[in-house]
Amino acid sequence: MAERAGKLKSLRLGTKPTREELAALEIGNVVYLDGVVYTGREGVYQRAVEEGEPLPADLKALSHVNFHCSPAASINDDGTFNLAAVTATASFRFSKWMARWFELSGAKIIIGKGGMTAEDYKSVFVPNGAVYLTTVGYGTGALLGRGVSHVRDVFWKDELGIAQAIWVLEVENFGPFIVESDMGGNSLFERENAKIAANLDKVYEGTRPAILHRYGESDDRSDEVI
Amino acid sequence: MIATDILEDAALTLMEKAAIEIPDDYLSGLKQAASVEDGDLSSFVLQAMLENYEVAKADRRAMCADTGVPRWFVKFGNEARIDGGPVALEAALRRATARATHDLPLRPNRVHPLWRTDHDNNVGINAPEIEYSFEPDGDWIDITAVHKGGLFGTDYRMLFPGDGIDGIKRFYLDTLVAFGKRGLACQPAIIGIGLGGSKDVSMTLGKQAACLRTVGDRNPDEKIAALEEEFIDLGNSIGMGAMGFVGKSMVVDCHIEVGYCHTGGMPISVHAFCLSSRRATARIGADGSVEYRTDPQWFTPYMRRERVEWQSAPENSKAFA
Ligand code: SF4
Repeated sequence: MAERAGKLKSLRLGTKPTREELAALEIGNVVYLDGVVYTGREGVYQRAVEEGEPLPADLKALSHVNFHCSPAASINDDGTFNLAAVTATASFRFSKWMARWFELSGAKIIIGKGGMTAEDYKSVFVPNGAVYLTTVGYGTGALLGRGVSHVRDVFWKDELGIAQAIWVLEVENFGPFIVESDMGGNSLFERENAKIAANLDKVYEGTRPAILHRYGESDDRSDEVI
Repeated sequence: MIATDILEDAALTLMEKAAIEIPDDYLSGLKQAASVEDGDLSSFVLQAMLENYEVAKADRRAMCADTGVPRWFVKFGNEARIDGGPVALEAALRRATARATHDLPLRPNRVHPLWRTDHDNNVGINAPEIEYSFEPDGDWIDITAVHKGGLFGTDYRMLFPGDGIDGIKRFYLDTLVAFGKRGLACQPAIIGIGLGGSKDVSMTLGKQAACLRTVGDRNPDEKIAALEEEFIDLGNSIGMGAMGFVGKSMVVDCHIEVGYCHTGGMPISVHAFCLSSRRATARIGADGSVEYRTDPQWFTPYMRRERVEWQSAPENSKAFA
């Protein structure tokens, strides 16, 4: 199903998409998800990838969507969950664990904030047939919260705490997300950065570099922070 | 005498209002940005944000699940008295922070820097921060809650008089360009600049300029006000919009605060108050009344006083009715 979101192409996707469905995604498309997604970030990666702890559930059977996020949530005394808003956390910090994580989890879609480098996409995502979706804003926590219809499970809550646990979320019309990397490993952010960098010399005209040069400061404005 | 249970209840309400209700001044600033934005991707992001604020209010959900770090700004009217004194006030604010974290909920973001101990309530050593200021003649207390988000978007540089305005511009652009990429600063933002003071004060002033002044507010010094406007345009001319996509909405407003500094130096800090520019203020009167608003009215003429003695002239108190 394809629609327009402003001037952008918009589509809905299940959370165990086929290879063809993923291959049809182009960078800059808007995506909404229906199905099940699970959260997982450094705590989970450390435990599963580095410490070799077996996964607490068959994630592969559950969903192919790994969300880099911790929800604004609390656990009530009766064990039920109180979940209000959902926002991604910056993904570039997790790049070293992704190769092994793809093998363990079978994830095909990574959702997060800010993306990873095109190098990561080419060397790790492409061989695993995976794409990267970025959240929008990034502060659209309430919109995403509304897309969560039910918290199905929380794994490793005692071991990792609320923020780092694996939250299994049933979702409906969950989004919006923007395709940051496609099956070819192209990066939307890097494309945009390159366009903006072309204009920077003009913007900087007339400014002056700091008198005190400090070790570690870069003068290359096309350098990426991440 | 102001009772502490009134303070605690008001503080709890402030935590909720700040987390859920985007202040009107920032909202109209963002709508203005959306109306001139012509980058396809940036426009889409801004529309999604505007929709997000509506959903947050309608559902009473936090606008962003990263509820940042809760912090407090307290302004005492000189005649205000609290039952139990300032220590009771601090206890009330810590209790309200912990309660809000569980009840709203807020994300328990606060941890020990080394041991990563998390009390799951956003309270710990030196947390939440409570900053104070004072005001002549009032018998009220103003409490402002800010949920400050963003690991990115703030930086400090030691400049010198010889760096001049052009050096300030360079640092300003460096910060915006670096943290604007991939939208790490969650722009469009309210940019606060702290200029002068001691190094720590330069950081504090910049943070307060970003978080505690409303969109459209100008510094009373005309030349600084002109600089603020120039910096808005400069930031929006980078060519970068929301999420670091091509566009022209980077800066919703720019606020500069100054402090007298060492004659040899010109320390500067730049801070970004992100798409979740979350603040809410309450005035608690001596009679126990509570009034809510979104303008903290933090930088009063008294705060910016320049001379040894404070003379409360009519034009001084006007801005602080
Ligand atoms: S910087 Fe602001 S909008 Fe962005 S994730 Fe953090 S709190 Fe949310």
